[in-house]
Amino acid sequence: MAEKETKDLQVKEKQAVATPAEQTRAGLVFTPAVDIFETDRELTLLADLPGVKKDGLTIDLDNNQLTIVGEVSPPEGSDEVVLLREYQTGRYFRQFALSDAIDQSKIEASLADGVLRLDLPKVEAAKPRKIAVKTG
Amino acid sequence: MIIRRYFDAPTWGWKSPFEELARMRRELDRVFEEVPRTWPVELPTGVFPLTNITEDKDNFYLRAELPGTKASDVDISITGNSISISGERKIIAEHKNVKYHRREREAGSFRRMIKLPAQIDTSKVEAKSSDGVLTVILPKAEIAKPKQIPIKVS
Repeated sequence: MAEKETKDLQVKEKQAVATPAEQTRAGLVFTPAVDIFETDRELTLLADLPGVKKDGLTIDLDNNQLTIVGEVSPPEGSDEVVLLREYQTGRYFRQFALSDAIDQSKIEASLADGVLRLDLPKVEAAKPRKIAVKTG
Repeated sequence: MIIRRYFDAPTWGWKSPFEELARMRRELDRVFEEVPRTWPVELPTGVFPLTNITEDKDNFYLRAELPGTKASDVDISITGNSISISGERKIIAEHKNVKYHRREREAGSFRRMIKLPAQIDTSKVEAKSSDGVLTVILPKAEIAKPKQIPIKVS
């Protein structure tokens, strides 16, 4: 295979959490694992949301607070008997505070293979600019 | 009768304490051996990926959460009554000059073997991947399916 050795993946239990708001619906709530990285021009957020369909995903932006909620309906059929259960399904919930440097009107979201990608471009003023020095 | 019971009393006699411990150990070993090794195993085995297995009359269903893993990166093979899932989760570095604020998602390879409680019809196994969840439908072999036997009324 590849020349460089790949690390073996270790099991990470899904983290069930208590959300700040009281839950009115029954069910478990999990924190999705996220990557957030920043370049000069934008901030990118990747979140693992396995089992979340496009219709079940809600992304809210309110007062610089970005909320991601992903609903997962149990995939099992009604007459299936559980033999082994290592993970539970439920809702994914995570909130982030955005800085003013983000151009909130240009945020783009896409969902593929259970991974949400949010592109958060920075506003023009926040982008670093190189100023050429003229010699005269 | 009375005498025998008196001599058999646990506190009586010249048994050393070590002998008594050895006896207790034998007893415990016997008890643990008698505990039936039952399916299902409810405890996670600690091998990636975490897997749920269910069954109905005709099939076993295996589900595993593998977000961001493409179907082409997963290998599934089945022999008799065991299934092996292996693959690699890749996270592609997109830019060179990035500053990470959070890095919780992990990349790497995985391999897992699971034994099912009955024989599988290996020719009819179906696997699909949607929304980051891998689902494998494993039809039970004809001999492993439950059969209803009608009772004749004479």
